[in-house]
Amino acid sequence: MSDIEAKDKKDGELRSEEFVINMGPQHPSTHGVLYLELRLDGEIVKDCRPHIGYLHRSCEKIAENRTYIQFMPFTDRLDYLASMNNNLGYALAVEKLLNVQVTERAQYIRTIIAELNRVASHLIGIGTFAQDLGAYATPMFYCFRDREIIVELFDELCGGRLTYNYMRIGGVQTDLPAHADKFIKDFIKYERQKLKEYNELLTYNAIFLARTKKIGILKQETAISYAVTGPMLRASGFKWDLRKDEPYMIYDRFKFDIPVGKTGDSWDRFKVRLDEISESLKIIEQAIGGLPAGNPISKVNRVFKGPPGEVYMRTENPRGELGFYLVSDGGLKPYRNKIRSPSFSNLAVLPEMIRGLNVSDAVCVLGSTDIVMGEIDR
Amino acid sequence: MMNLLIGGISVVGFISLSAMFLIWLERKISAHIQNRMGPMICGWHGSLQSIADSLKLLLKENIVPSGADKLVWSLAPFFVTVPVVMAFLTVPFSKTLIVRDLNVGILYVASITSICVLGIFMAGWGSNNKYSLLGGMRSAAQIISYEVPLLLSIVLVVMEAGTLSMQGIVQAQEQGWYVLKPNLAFAFLIYLISSTAEVNRVPFDIPEAESELGAGYHTEYTGMKFAMFFVAEYTNLVVVSAIATTLFLGGWQGPLLPGLFWFLIKVYGLVCLSMWVRWTLPRVRMDQMMTFAWKVLTPLSILNLLVSGWWMVR
Repeated sequence: MSDIEAKDKKDGELRSEEFVINMGPQHPSTHGVLYLELRLDGEIVKDCRPHIGYLHRSCEKIAENRTYIQFMPFTDRLDYLASMNNNLGYALAVEKLLNVQVTERAQYIRTIIAELNRVASHLIGIGTFAQDLGAYATPMFYCFRDREIIVELFDELCGGRLTYNYMRIGGVQTDLPAHADKFIKDFIKYERQKLKEYNELLTYNAIFLARTKKIGILKQETAISYAVTGPMLRASGFKWDLRKDEPYMIYDRFKFDIPVGKTGDSWDRFKVRLDEISESLKIIEQAIGGLPAGNPISKVNRVFKGPPGEVYMRTENPRGELGFYLVSDGGLKPYRNKIRSPSFSNLAVLPEMIRGLNVSDAVCVLGSTDIVMGEIDR
Repeated sequence: MMNLLIGGISVVGFISLSAMFLIWLERKISAHIQNRMGPMICGWHGSLQSIADSLKLLLKENIVPSGADKLVWSLAPFFVTVPVVMAFLTVPFSKTLIVRDLNVGILYVASITSICVLGIFMAGWGSNNKYSLLGGMRSAAQIISYEVPLLLSIVLVVMEAGTLSMQGIVQAQEQGWYVLKPNLAFAFLIYLISSTAEVNRVPFDIPEAESELGAGYHTEYTGMKFAMFFVAEYTNLVVVSAIATTLFLGGWQGPLLPGLFWFLIKVYGLVCLSMWVRWTLPRVRMDQMMTFAWKVLTPLSILNLLVSGWWMVR
């Protein structure tokens, strides 16, 4: 301090300094243990460096020491807001490696459950985004109220409320309960009404628009060069959804649209998520209507060896493309399990978006990326 | 002298009770807006929660951050709380219930409450915390900017009533509340918006902006010092609502019920309005808020002042 003061005296004028603030790892709006090193000029962000690694658990290395079945619970903990989708991605990858056929009923149940989880995950994304904008918890509580209904169903299915471990190689753990049909149909009706409420509370609110429109614009070229996927890519106007463009399971049987944004600003990212909820509801409605009878799981040996070779399976998670790259040397355990997580790429592009904005906007943009640290650090 | 002393003590008593009640009320209102129950354990529907909380805060350790400017840092809570308490001296609770009816009452309130910003800035500066500093700087800019439209809308009332005395302004509204006149209704709207900014509440809670700055200027405060900021915040809310009631809503005037009841009903009605807004709207950005103050509210209130003045002398 005295050095600076001495220098000030010598120069005869006040010097200005870069203001470095460390946002995180403990900060209300960094969505987990993310540490952003922000260099500020006044309140304008000159540069931003995300530091990750606070949640690293060596998931990929653990996979090499577990049998294929044993790794399933670990996938729950990647993107913990969309555990069902992670389960699904991993189950599909192993099934692709083993060449297992999955029963028709299991495929329908999987679709319904995965889409329900997508709805739940997007609800949290919307709620926390509104929270980051300073809407004191009210939208978040509304979103959690709706999510609670989905979580209740999952609780009944598999006993878990966050980490489900529900999918199995060759099917799902348990069949849907008897009242699931009515329960889900009621939920769809309920949620469609609530979506209108969210539009009134947030989407077209003047303050909300002023805070999110033209803030944190992600150009399509930048998004593609950073391998950004999911709602963030679609908000930039690029129509790319694996459920449509590379249909896995039975997604090609359903009619649904892919919502895309125009400018790629924070509002577009928010709106794409909101629209995706209603599209998911459409898929669930169709799937629950055409749910065939049968066994929810096909016969797969308890102990099996993976045939030598390698597979890559990617699925559309709520946050983007989740990929599992499995290499098998013919043993009980995979030789290598590489996970491609969407949030990692989505976070990498953050500095590009927030340079030149002020701190409030930086928080807004970070909220609109809707990252989950669990899958960034793995 | 004795009268003044009793008056002062009852004002302090009213403030502490009212702050405790408002903290409880805010928690209840927010809970019911958000599909929750809110505090339910202490007393009937959690009505003793605030007492439990203040006891807890009393027993908390007083942590002084190393590197803090100790004098500035420990004086800051007083600079925030004391002016707010002093503002109550000229607030007319009823025809007779007023500590002292100064002939420059409204001027006194306006000037004494502007000292608060000094305390907030001291807290932000003295904490030696970057987030607090950002919060303090934002707050200074915000409160000073919004003081302009706020005072301009008060000037209109003074012009209409022809007196600066709070009691005089209430009596001038005997024929009808000022809010019923179009130009004063407009001033009331401007007053409501600017006063929300004055007391740092959503959508103008930028100095505290939890999701950006932790808790802003009072991040580093613990125990009773923190409680003082909290009490000041809620008392400030009552002060601006009380002034709004006195200036625009006819003060303690109303049929049947005694004046004190009418006054409190109006004040707490405005407070509830502010709470409703707080738990519904997102926060605006710093520059948007400044733009709004200087480019929208200030010109509009000057225009309102000019047109009304022209109408009066016409």
